[in-house]
Amino acid sequence: MTLAPNNVRNSAVGAASTIGWELFSHDADVGVRGFGSTVAEALEGAALALTAVITDAPIAPETRVEVTCDAPDIELLLVEWLNAIIYEMAVRHMILGRFAVHIEGTRLRGTLWGEPADAKKHAPVCEPKGATYTALRVAQDADGFWSASCVVDV
Amino acid sequence: MDPARFTPVDATTWRIEPSGAMRAPAVIYANEDLIRGMDEKVYDQAANVASLPGIVTAAYVMPDAHWGYGFPIGGVAAFDPDDGGVVSAGGVGFDISCGVRTMLTGLKTSEIRPVQHALADAFYREIPAGVGSKGAITLDNADLDAMLTAGARWAVAHGWGEERDLGRIEEGGMEADAKPECVSERAKERQRRQMGTLGSGNHYLEVQAVTDILDPGAAEAFHLSKDDVVVTVHCGSRGLGHQIGSEYLKEMAIAAKAASIDLPDRELACAPIKSDVGQRYLGAMRAAVNCALANREILTHHARQVIRRFFPNAALDLLFDVSHNTCKVESHVVDGKPKELFVHRKGATRALGPGHPSLPDALRPLGQPVLIGGSMGTSSYILVGAAGSATKSFASACHGAGRAMSRHAALKQWSGRKIVDDLAAEGIVIRSPSSRGVAEEAPGAYKDVGAVVAAAEEAGLARRVAQLRPLICIKG
Repeated sequence: MTLAPNNVRNSAVGAASTIGWELFSHDADVGVRGFGSTVAEALEGAALALTAVITDAPIAPETRVEVTCDAPDIELLLVEWLNAIIYEMAVRHMILGRFAVHIEGTRLRGTLWGEPADAKKHAPVCEPKGATYTALRVAQDADGFWSASCVVDV
Repeated sequence: MDPARFTPVDATTWRIEPSGAMRAPAVIYANEDLIRGMDEKVYDQAANVASLPGIVTAAYVMPDAHWGYGFPIGGVAAFDPDDGGVVSAGGVGFDISCGVRTMLTGLKTSEIRPVQHALADAFYREIPAGVGSKGAITLDNADLDAMLTAGARWAVAHGWGEERDLGRIEEGGMEADAKPECVSERAKERQRRQMGTLGSGNHYLEVQAVTDILDPGAAEAFHLSKDDVVVTVHCGSRGLGHQIGSEYLKEMAIAAKAASIDLPDRELACAPIKSDVGQRYLGAMRAAVNCALANREILTHHARQVIRRFFPNAALDLLFDVSHNTCKVESHVVDGKPKELFVHRKGATRALGPGHPSLPDALRPLGQPVLIGGSMGTSSYILVGAAGSATKSFASACHGAGRAMSRHAALKQWSGRKIVDDLAAEGIVIRSPSSRGVAEEAPGAYKDVGAVVAAAEEAGLARRVAQLRPLICIKG
């Protein structure tokens, strides 16, 4: 597995944001990784990376969706969070591109914004099937930043 | 991988001898070049599968193997329920019953060429594909449960398919013992508007030309001749299967711990076959198999409608439908005695040899068609299950080319627009909503499918019958 170079970007949530994301390589699929000064921010970054798996197009925050999830530990919570986003996109036929996360213990409340999927506008690359436990890691790095990553089956 | 890590048996058979937690050896069927091209993780994953409780004989790895989730993609393993054997959600994968079906058209390449672009446009317009696409069918709760119980038979009963297809689908088009009640409401909700949709990623509908006949006898029995045109669909159980896979993976990770199964990788999440969660997963997984069979039957129905608009008298007979992400209960001879085993195939195709009782009469003397998808610019192959495959791999063979390069690496190397133009110059018409998607699925990002099927044949798993080349490819 090699890190994809030069594709760490700040999210669109404001200049003061410390949230970032990147995609990394997997043989058949793709890895998503979010960064932030808190676990919640890292999970927001991972969600932005998930959107980037689907499309390069900007997503208008037209519709708001609320989700909650919980899991026995913080790494499984990342998988649950990404799977909750995948589920909402699938049943609402939407692409979600902006995220806010609030975490208490291992319970997550997420707010998601997006718009209806449009083949012409978004030229969607692929439809994520599910977040996996492969390369699953949520941890605080030596510099104090949190990162949250796993491979997504596409 | 370094071939030196294996014990060579012959040119296409390599063993990992049991060590550490392994309860059985692992056997990989591939030549030295294919092994060198595989990720090191294939070795670790094969050894991990061989460490699961109740594994029988060996963990097998097919020539197209690559790094998967828990199991390598291209992994086969059978478990004995009477020996504490397990069922693994990771061993089936997220896209439950993803598979390939090929339909004969009775048309020749020369008949397709004049209408190739119009036909591609018609398929692209009428086969829902890609993110956000909806099928024309919306199912209520009763319909969903009926579909999950009866699979392609349900589709045929509703007019989305033809009765004669059923004998050319594994299990006659209906996986028995499906339990819709073990499928969550969320999984059902995800599928409500997805019937008859193709999906995305490496899923496709292709119109293909038979370019080479490699086994004339078998080709004649399969009604394949040079320059014939066939239609092939590659897709699976869509959102329903993905949701079941995700939910049971989580539940099995907890169940494995409770059953004191030491998982070397969380993705190997499994549960004893004789346990509540194991039985519920099997019921839900079989429902997802039926969803995939129904979905491919509906896609075939749509494809027939499109083709008949251009060629009203086209024959459109199904050659075969075979899944490559499954767990099936099968009888295999172990230590000289028949035994009922739970055979997991993750990215591996069942390849029943001649005489197998579950084959339809017309195919039984010869063996099962083994449908191997290539990538959009390269060949696909039709093989036939070899007589010895039962003892070599629980009657399994490869399923495709297998990726040689990640999506990200492919994106850096190729432009989608250029691939579409280059393939058009070679007479292959691509229709896809996403240029980036085409680049990520670039033909060069896959292994040489010819080398993969040659290795499968040399290893005695399946025999090559015909080579196919795409004329039209619809990608989600």
